[in-house]
Amino acid sequence: MEKEKAKTATTTSLPAKNRKVYVPKVDIYETGQSMVLIVDMPGVDEKSVDVTLDRNVLSIHGRVEPEAFEGYSLAYTEYGTGDFQRAFTVSDEIDREKIEAVMKNGVLKITLHKAEQAKARKIAITAG
Amino acid sequence: MLPNIWQIDPFRELMRLRNEMNRLFSGFSYPFEEVYPLVNIWMNEEGAIVTAELPGINMDKLDISILNDTVTISGSREDEEKKVEDNYHRKERMVGKFSRTLQLPFKINGDKVEARYERGILKLILPREEAEKPKKITIKSN
Repeated sequence: MEKEKAKTATTTSLPAKNRKVYVPKVDIYETGQSMVLIVDMPGVDEKSVDVTLDRNVLSIHGRVEPEAFEGYSLAYTEYGTGDFQRAFTVSDEIDREKIEAVMKNGVLKITLHKAEQAKARKIAITAG
Repeated sequence: MLPNIWQIDPFRELMRLRNEMNRLFSGFSYPFEEVYPLVNIWMNEEGAIVTAELPGINMDKLDISILNDTVTISGSREDEEKKVEDNYHRKERMVGKFSRTLQLPFKINGDKVEARYERGILKLILPREEAEKPKKITIKSN
């Protein structure tokens, strides 16, 4: 009994790093000039999200504050609260200097512009 | 020695194919959840707090209604910038209409309900009807 108590005490006092991590849902679509990623991260705002591009891996990490309401106890639960993390491999045809990320209402939108040489070009055909 | 390619077990191949197909189609069931939005419910004697995961919702498209002991959250979520020529590589996010009704174990005081929408999470504070609040009974001793 004593042992068990000590065990739970250490788990609760562990740093926030020991939190659950969820994979956010994404939509990815391509337009003529860009690739767009839309990521659902409820509970995350612009200050608690990190987007990094390391070589050709685009990583997204969103931190979520645990939910708690003073004087209330959790009676029923369907979704868990934890951080969001997901990584994508991007092609070399992306302009690394022109990546835009906007966060609104728990939705992150990342726009990756295609590099000049990767854009489709129309080839003029001359009569021979 | 030549690799023994002719001795493939046909049954095993079929199983492999079936697994591959399952894996392929499992992705399709992913975006369409039957229950949307997902909620957490917090309670005390004064009432309840319902939180719902609703990222990227236009507030004008969200409707909350209270009837006796039930609360209904309904609305729709749309792709804002969807163009016909856009090519989807991945589509996991829920799009479309949703409606969810929750029944609480008490009558809700509809006039005092508060709703807040922040960071894609809807928070509803649902106070209990005054007359329904638990009464403390004093025990007399003789």
